[in-house]
This record gives sequence, C-alpha cells and structure tokens, in this order.
Amino acid sequence: MNRMSIKSKIALREMKDNQRGIILSVNANGEMGRRIRDMGLVPGASISIQGRAPLYDPVAIRIMGFTLTLRNNEADYIMVELES
Amino acid sequence: METTIALAGNPNSGKTTLFNALTGAHQHVGNYPGVTVEKKCGIFTFDDKRFNVVDLPGTYSLTAYSLEEVVARDFLALEKPDMVINIVDASNLERNLYLSLQILEMGLPVCIALNMMDVAKKRGVTIDIEKLSKLLGVPIAATVARDGKKGTIELIETISKIFHTSNDSNNQQSNSKINNNRLLSLIKISYGNDIDNAILDIEKIVNEYSFLTDKYPSRWVALKFLENDEQIIKLAQKHGDLFDRVLCDTCKCDPNKCNIFKQISQQCDTKFIQKIFQIVTGVSEHLQQTEETYPEAVIADRRYGYINSLLKQGVVHHHYDSEKLRTSDKIDKVVTHRFLGPAIMVAILYSMYHFTFTYSELPISWLEGLFGLLSSSLDSIMADGLIKSLVISGVIDGVGGVLGFVPLIMFMFFFIAILEDSGYLARVAYMLDRVFRVFGLHGSSVMPFIISGGIAGGCAVPGIMATRTLKSPKERLATLLTVPFMNCGAKLPVFILLIAAFFQEHRAFFMFLITLIAWIGALAAAKLFRSTIIKGQSTPFVMELPSYRLPTFTSLLIHTWERTWQYIKKAGTVILGISIVLWAMMTFPSVPADIQNKTPETALKYSIAGRIGSSIENITQFAGFDWRINIALLGGFAAKEVVVSTLGTAYSLSDVDPEQTDTLAKKLSNSPDFRPLTAISLIIFTMFYSPCFVSVVCISRESGSWRWGLFSILFNTAFAFTFAVIIYQLGSMMGF
Repeated sequence: MNRMSIKSKIALREMKDNQRGIILSVNANGEMGRRIRDMGLVPGASISIQGRAPLYDPVAIRIMGFTLTLRNNEADYIMVELES
Repeated sequence: METTIALAGNPNSGKTTLFNALTGAHQHVGNYPGVTVEKKCGIFTFDDKRFNVVDLPGTYSLTAYSLEEVVARDFLALEKPDMVINIVDASNLERNLYLSLQILEMGLPVCIALNMMDVAKKRGVTIDIEKLSKLLGVPIAATVARDGKKGTIELIETISKIFHTSNDSNNQQSNSKINNNRLLSLIKISYGNDIDNAILDIEKIVNEYSFLTDKYPSRWVALKFLENDEQIIKLAQKHGDLFDRVLCDTCKCDPNKCNIFKQISQQCDTKFIQKIFQIVTGVSEHLQQTEETYPEAVIADRRYGYINSLLKQGVVHHHYDSEKLRTSDKIDKVVTHRFLGPAIMVAILYSMYHFTFTYSELPISWLEGLFGLLSSSLDSIMADGLIKSLVISGVIDGVGGVLGFVPLIMFMFFFIAILEDSGYLARVAYMLDRVFRVFGLHGSSVMPFIISGGIAGGCAVPGIMATRTLKSPKERLATLLTVPFMNCGAKLPVFILLIAAFFQEHRAFFMFLITLIAWIGALAAAKLFRSTIIKGQSTPFVMELPSYRLPTFTSLLIHTWERTWQYIKKAGTVILGISIVLWAMMTFPSVPADIQNKTPETALKYSIAGRIGSSIENITQFAGFDWRINIALLGGFAAKEVVVSTLGTAYSLSDVDPEQTDTLAKKLSNSPDFRPLTAISLIIFTMFYSPCFVSVVCISRESGSWRWGLFSILFNTAFAFTFAVIIYQLGSMMGF
C-alpha cells in the first residue's frame, strides 16, 4: 500500500463514472459489513464505477468481472485508493 | 438404495437450469419446515441408480444472516447429503469459489460443476480444470446446463464414477454411502497467526464439551464463533443449559430452585461459553488495536486472498482485456440510462401488463363460459331449492371465481419469469430503489405493486406472490401488506358503476385520481408500517446485476407452472369454504311463508348478512353507508366484483351483470339516500378496505403466519373507514 498517495484516498461514494481504484478498507461491521465482504468487496480488490441509477443512487460498480450495486450510504463505508 | 445429492451455488450461477436439466419433469416444490423458502426436490436415474436431487436456495455465502443461507447451511449440516454438487459460474470464478471454500470447510464431500464454460470462453477466459481440481482436491466437471441433458453428461458421469469406484474399493460400506475420504478435501486456510491460534484454542474447548461435533468439524465451529455467527452462539447457549440440566438430574430437583444447579450453571457458563467468548474478545480487541479491523473481516479477506493465490498458480488465463465492455454492459448503457432507462422501463412494464390482461381475456372467458354452462345445465337438471342454490351460488360461483383467475396468473408469472430470468428485474430494482427507499421499501417492490393494479386493473393475488423476488424480509412484508391497496381488476366495476352514476362527465379525470389515491395510500401505509410494527434498518441493498441472458423456454414453463399450481391448490380449497359460508349468510334464515312481498331485497334484508348490515348501520352511517351498502361490502370480501351484484340485489334488481351496470347506475343516481358524496366515500372505502379472501390467504401464506392475514383484514378496514368517515363528514359540513 502506498502511504504517500494519501490525497487520492476517497470514499467510494465520491468516485466518478469510469474511475478505477483499489479498496483500502471496509469500515462496516455486522450484517452490512458481512454482505459487503461476501460479495468480494475486500481490501485489495480492484473496482471501477460502471454507472449510477437515474437518481444518482444506487451506484453500480465492476468488481472481479461482475457488476454489483450498492446504495450511496453503503458506499460510504468503503475507502478507495484511486488509480492514476 | 437411494443417494441424496444437494445442489449448492450462487444465485444466477445456472443452478436451477442445471437442476431442471438433471431432473426434467421429475421434480416437486415444497417449503422448508417453518419458513417460506422454496424447497425443490427431484430425481434422476443413471446406470440403474436413483439419485435424489435437492436444489438448495442460491446463496453467496454460508453465514447465518439471510433465511436462504440458514436453510442451505442447515440442510448441508443436518441432512448430510451423500454429495454436494457445487455449481460454479466459470465466467465469475473468484466470487463463486468463495462459497465453495465455505462448503469445503464444512467437511462435506463436494464435486464442482463448472458451469457456463461457454460464456467464460467467449470472454476470453480459459480455465485449467485439472489444475484447479488438484489444488482444491475435489473432482470438477465442466457443464453447460443451458444445453439440457447434453451439457450435463460429463457431470453425471463424474458423479456415477465416484460412487462406482468407492463401492469397489470399499465393500464393507453400504452401497449408497460413498467413501467420504475420496471426496473430502483437506482444505485448511490460514487466517493469520492471531486467528489461527484462536481457532486452535476454541477447537480444544469445543471438542472437550463435544459441542456440535457430531454435525460439524470442530474447526468450522471455532471459525463461526470468530465470525460472530448468531445461530451458533445461540446453540452454544442452549448447549450450556442442556449440559447443566443433565447434571441437575443427578440431584433430582427443580432446576429453577436448586442451588446446586445455579452454581453449576454459573460454572458451566464460565467453563464453556465464557471461555470461548474470552478468546474471541481477546482476538477482537487485539486486531482492533493493531490493525483496526475485526476477526470476521480478516476471515473474509483471507478467503478471497486464498482464492486469488489459487487462481494465480496458472489456473486462469485471460486472452484479452477482462474489463472490456461486454454486450451486457452495452445494453445497460441504454437500459439504465438517466433518461432513456425510465422511459424504457415504463414501456416494458406497460406492455407486459397490457399483454397479460389482453391475452388472458380469452381463456378467462372460456373458463367463465364453462362454468356458466355447468351452472345453467345444473339449473335445468336440479329441482329448485336450497341444494341447488348451494351448488350454483355457493360452490360453482366460488370455485369458478378462483379458477377464473388462473389464466391471468399464468400469463403474469410467465412474463415475470422472463423479466427475472433475463436479468431485467434486477435493473428495475436498481433504477427505482431511491424512490421506494423513502417509504421504507425496496427497489424490487415495484413489480408487486404494478401487478396488483398500480396502473389500475391488476390483481393482488399474483402481486402478493411476486413479492418472493424480494430478498429483504422487512421490505418484503411491508410490500405484501400494502399491495392490496392497489386498484385490482375486481374493484374497477365498482368504480365504473359509481362514476357512471354520479360523475359521468369527468370519467377519465376520476379514474386517474383514483389510481393516484391508491398509490398515495399504499406508500403512506408502507411508511407507517416501516416506522412502527415492521420498524428497523433497511436491509443492505448490495445486489448483483447479472449479465443479460436469454431465458430457456423449459425453465420459464416450469417456473410458471410451479407458481400457478401452488395458487390453485391452496387458494382453491379455502375459497370454496368461504364462498359457502357467504352464501349461507345471504340465504338464511329465509323469509317466513306468511310474508307476502317476497322480493330479493326483503329476502336479503331478512338473512344473517342483512341483519349484520342493518345492525352496523349505526356505525357505518358516519361514512354514509346504509344496510344495502354494508351487505354489498360484506359480499365484496369474497371477491370485490360481488359488491356490484349484491348492490343490485339490495336495490331489487335481480341478476345484475357486473359489466352492464347502466340500469343500476340510474337507480343509484335517482335514489334519495345515495348522494355523490356517498359515492366518493364508497370508492375510497372499497379501495382500501380488507383484501378479498384469496388475497388474505396469500398474505398469510407468504408471510408465514395467519396473524398477518388477520391483521390486513382489520387494519385495512379501519384504515379505509377512517378515510371514508373523514371525507363524508367534511363533505357534509361543506354542504355536498
């Protein structure tokens, strides 16, 4: 993990369409955390933003070759390091 | 001897298609005891051997959070299938193997069916099956379940070979049981020093107290404690109690009063649960201090890490960029587009709706004709009297009422199956979630609402059954309790009659207004439920958008037939009973012979229903309803159309056809005690009051409890009455 690039560390919610990044941390516990992790959203996983629903929520992301949707307030738990 | 095989796998991995390909028509659907999760069983024979196949619910993981996961896990652990076939989507290997690892960790004999190899190949992915098989230590067969039997031959051969060789090599074992060691993979994932040590410590305690050791490997139980698994922790608490009770039996006293028992039970807690909790909290605190993480997070991370390193050993080769835009993505660019998406969605939903109601009209009229023929021929054969009236008005009208819905339900489910199997339904949920979330519902709630009459003219019965596509329990319950507020096809004749009688010149406007009010009422009620009786955080939305797929015709038909048959079976038996009861209420006691003027009206007023109607006039007058309306609404409980025909009888018109209400409309508008305000109040009440009996049966079945059925009768009626009274009283005050 490159600690130098702290500037590019943002919450998944703030990512723009087609932006890519690597998950740094998932700060959710309990059912929410488990659901998120079970779907492969674990630190080190590479993700990209596929698009957003017409009302800009939920967000669709591409991970490990499939598409996953989650609500913005769920995306808040996930910190991402942007790929330059 | 029979061999039981369980099919386990992710949703959308082609599990059901594989199940259909294996068993064909030899299958039946039931429920797992106590829950509404469907249990599908079937059989297939190969080389004169019979295999029992159980299709477990599709899950991503084997934690105990969702009902499906608990059901799948319990089946694997308690029923001990002879083999687990784990269906793995080859085009989505990483996430699918996450479940595989968990099944392997349960110490079950596994065979992997690597499905959708064709899709993977198209995406430029090749998989070294032999290598993967060696690394995981389980047999793997490539399948293309979509191609039916042909695509599963290799799998069937692999299965039968395993059972065959194990019989040869181990003759002492019973013929059906296989040599488990042959299939058991000794998978041991390292979860890092901290957790690995904790696992070893907990394992020791679990073994010492022989907690669940007959069902699960002790390592797995230890892992579950670290994962904070509710089900296992609950069982552990019970285990402690049981342990105590056995000890207490030695002094033969009431465990609640026995002092020795209290001491022992405290000791027990310390010894068993406390000891385990100590280890778990120790590790949790340590991990939080050093790495700001939790044991369950580390476990999930490590599992994915294990899969990653596995695949990197030359198992998977990508021939071209895996992130390349696929056909499915291209479709999504249009179909979920900010402006085009909603437009396309409205078009698709509307046309589905239009097709269903247009094309089911003909078979419905055939059925109606058939029942009409039956009752008219019975009418001419049987002698006049009570039995004839019972058979024709009670039995045939009642059963006919249920069977009349069947074509509608079949068409509806057929279209839903298309939307579901193709992957479009997930997109609808994705696009509408933001709107429905405001009311405590889920994006997937939209389908049931529309089917129930969201565009006026649906039916709540298939709507309630369509809530099965919702995976979040609270949102699902709120949805199925509020869909009966929609304007189903049976309420329409009532509205049309009243509008024709009083508001003929504003017809379109009133119909639109009625639809709008139904939506407002339903969403408001949903919000009310979700902030009172079904309170609680919304279930995480985290959902897969599966790649678009052309549904296979066989699975569409099987899907449709399954649901239709369940409807016929359950609703059919109950509606027969209730329609007989309603018939009796409107018939008995009959008018004494000495009364001269025997119109249908006096007969009806004299019956139990009539007496009930008159006796509650005191209350219902606040909403403007007299005894005639009361009876009509009572009859509407069987089916809402009955409101119109009963009103006809009450206003002394024999035989009112619900479709031809001109004369009744005239009669109503001329009646002095039927004001336009009464009509509005009646429209509101009809819209919101108790769902018809078939719907109540469905609500009870789908929610898993009769209490919710009863609740919907009482709540909806109170809800409707409150609104009707408010409107009637305010209107009267304003001089309408």
